[in-house]
Amino acid sequence: MQQKQRLSRSTAYFIPYMLWIVLFVIAPVLLLIYQSFFSINGQFTFANYQTYFSSSTYLMMTLNSVWYAFLITLATLLISYPTAYLLNETKHPQLWLLLIIMPTWINLLLKAYAFIGIFSQAGIANQFLSFIGIGPKQILFTNFSFIFVAAYIQIPFMVLPIYNSISELNTSYVNASRDLGATNWQTFSRVLFPLTLPGVRAGIQAVFIPSLSLFMLTRLIGGNKVITLGTAIEEHFLTTMNWGMGSTIGVVLIIAMVIIMWLTNGGKRRTRRGLK
Amino acid sequence: MAVNTQPIIRLTDVTKSYGDHQVLKKINLELEAGKFYTLLGPSGCGKTTILRTIAGFTDATSGQVYFDGQVINNLPANQRQVNTVFQDYALFPHMNVAENVAFGLKLHKVPKDEIATRVQEALAMVQLADFGEREISEISGGQQQRVAIARALVMQPKVLLLDEPLSALDAKLRKDMQYELRDLQQRLGITFLFVTHDQEEALAMSDEIFVMNAGEVLQSGSPVDIYDEPINHFVANFIGESNIIPGQMIQDFEVSFVGKNFECADAGMRPNENVEIVLRPEDLDIVAADQGKLVVTVDSQLFRGNYFEIVAYDTDGNEWLVHSTNPATEGEPIGLTFDPQDIHVMRLNESEASSDARLEQYEDD
Repeated sequence: MQQKQRLSRSTAYFIPYMLWIVLFVIAPVLLLIYQSFFSINGQFTFANYQTYFSSSTYLMMTLNSVWYAFLITLATLLISYPTAYLLNETKHPQLWLLLIIMPTWINLLLKAYAFIGIFSQAGIANQFLSFIGIGPKQILFTNFSFIFVAAYIQIPFMVLPIYNSISELNTSYVNASRDLGATNWQTFSRVLFPLTLPGVRAGIQAVFIPSLSLFMLTRLIGGNKVITLGTAIEEHFLTTMNWGMGSTIGVVLIIAMVIIMWLTNGGKRRTRRGLK
Repeated sequence: MAVNTQPIIRLTDVTKSYGDHQVLKKINLELEAGKFYTLLGPSGCGKTTILRTIAGFTDATSGQVYFDGQVINNLPANQRQVNTVFQDYALFPHMNVAENVAFGLKLHKVPKDEIATRVQEALAMVQLADFGEREISEISGGQQQRVAIARALVMQPKVLLLDEPLSALDAKLRKDMQYELRDLQQRLGITFLFVTHDQEEALAMSDEIFVMNAGEVLQSGSPVDIYDEPINHFVANFIGESNIIPGQMIQDFEVSFVGKNFECADAGMRPNENVEIVLRPEDLDIVAADQGKLVVTVDSQLFRGNYFEIVAYDTDGNEWLVHSTNPATEGEPIGLTFDPQDIHVMRLNESEASSDARLEQYEDD
C-alpha cells in the first residue's frame, strides 16, 4: 500500500517532464510527418517524397549539407581534441573550461554579426592581411568563412565531452603503456585515443547533427552560396509557403540524425562495457 | 668486490621533493639480480616513489639511478628494461586478455607467430591459459591481477616492479598469490621489487626487506634479521607485534627494566645507558605468579583462533601483550618468563650504520 503510494508519487515527479516531451518533441514530430504527406493545396499525397528523391537539386542539397556538416565536425574535432588534452594538463582546467564555455552564453545571432564585422572589407581580419601585405581579400560570404564561424560556434560542445573523457581516464593506463615500451605517439594512438572515443563520439553527435540543419549562418556568413537542407526548410516555410515540402525535408533530416546516432553508437558497445 | 656481483639496480643518494616537501631523503640501495626484494612501510613513506623512479615515471630530484651499471636517470620509461605490475593493474579495457598481454610485444615488432606463443606461455604461467579471449571486465579481480603479471613478464624484464599488487584481493586469495609470486620469482630468476605496507606479506615472500618511514630506509636485511633485531622503536612496532619497555643497560649482557636486572644477549653500549627493550608477545610464557621473572595482572584477552591474545599490566603501568595457547583469567596475576636471547635491546636513535658497526665490533671480540 505504502509502496504503491511512493511509486505513484515518483511517477508524479515525471509528469512535468513527460508533458514537455509530449507537447514539444513528440507532437511536433508527428505533426511534421503528417504534414509531409500533404501538397501545397492541402491534398493527401506522396508527391513530396517523390519530388525529393527524384530531384537532383534536393539530392545535391542533401549531399552538400552532409559534406559541410562533415567539414565543420572535422575542423572542430581537430581543434578540440588537442585543446581538451592540453586543458587536462593545465593547473586550473576549470578556469580554462569556463573561458571556453563562456561564448555559448552569447546569442548565436550576435556572434554572427560580430563575425560580419571582423570579416568585412574594412574589418580587423583584412586590416591584418593588408598589414602583412597579402590583403585585403574577400573573406565574408565564402565557404571558408562559413566553416570557420560554424566551427567556432561548435567548439565548446566538442571540447566538453572530450575533456570529460580524458580527465576521467586513469593515468596509470598511460604509465602502463609507456612501461611496456610505447612511445608517446603509440601511447596516444593505441591507448589514450581509443579510451577517450566515447567522448569523441558524444562530441561528434553534439556537433554534426546541429550542423546538418544550420541555416542562419549560411545566409549571414556564407552569403547563401552554400545551400543546406536547413536553408531549404526555411525557404519552404517562410518564402514559398510549401509547408508540405518543408516538412518532408524535415523528416529526411530527422532520419539522417537517427542514422548518425546509430552509426556513432555502433562501435560503442565494447569500450563502454570495458570502462565501467 | 667480485665483478659479476654488480647490482642490477643501484640508487645512490636519490632524493625527491615536491616543493618544500621531501618525499625521498638520500635513498641508497642495491638490488642483486635474481632476488626478491620488498620495500615495506606505511602509506606515504615514499616506497611507491622509489618504484616510480626506477620505472621512469618520476624523475629523481638529485642522485643517480643505475641499471646494470649504467646511469638511467635520463632514459625514458619506454626504453627501460623493467616492467611494472600496477596497484590497480591498469589493464587496457578496450583490449581482451590476450591483446593486453601482446601489447608490449607488438610495440617491439616481435613476429606474429612468436607473439602468439609467448602470450600463450605467459598466460599458462599465471594459470590463465584458456582466458585469452575474455574481456577484462569479464574476469575477477584475482584473474586481472594475474593478467597484469603476465603482461609484464611476457616482456622478459630483468627487474619486475610490483606496486602493492595484492592489496585489492581478499585475504584467502592474497595468501595464495603470495605463494605463487614467490614461486614464480624463484622459477624465472628475475629480480622482483615488491612494494607493500603489509608486514606479513613482506616477511613471507622476501629475500631482503627495506623498512621505510618518512622518505628514509630505516633498516634493511632478511626477514628474520629484521624481525629478531629491529633497529628502533618504529621498526619493532611496524614489523610484528612487540612489547617495547624503557630500560637501562647495566653492563654488557645485563639489562634492567621494570625495576629488575636480567641477563641478555646484547652488548657494546655505555654502562647505564638508557635503552628500549623489545620482547615479542610469542616469546613470553605464562607461569604461576610466584615462578615468573615478572608478575603482571591480566586486563583482557581475545581468542584469536590459534592463540589467545592477552593484555596485562605490570606494577609500573607498562602494557604487556602475550600470545599464549592457554587462556588466562581476567583480573588475576600471572607470571611471565622468557629466555635471555628473547630480550632485544635497542639504543635510542641509533642508525642502521652505527648499529652494524657496533654488532661487528662486538662479534669480533
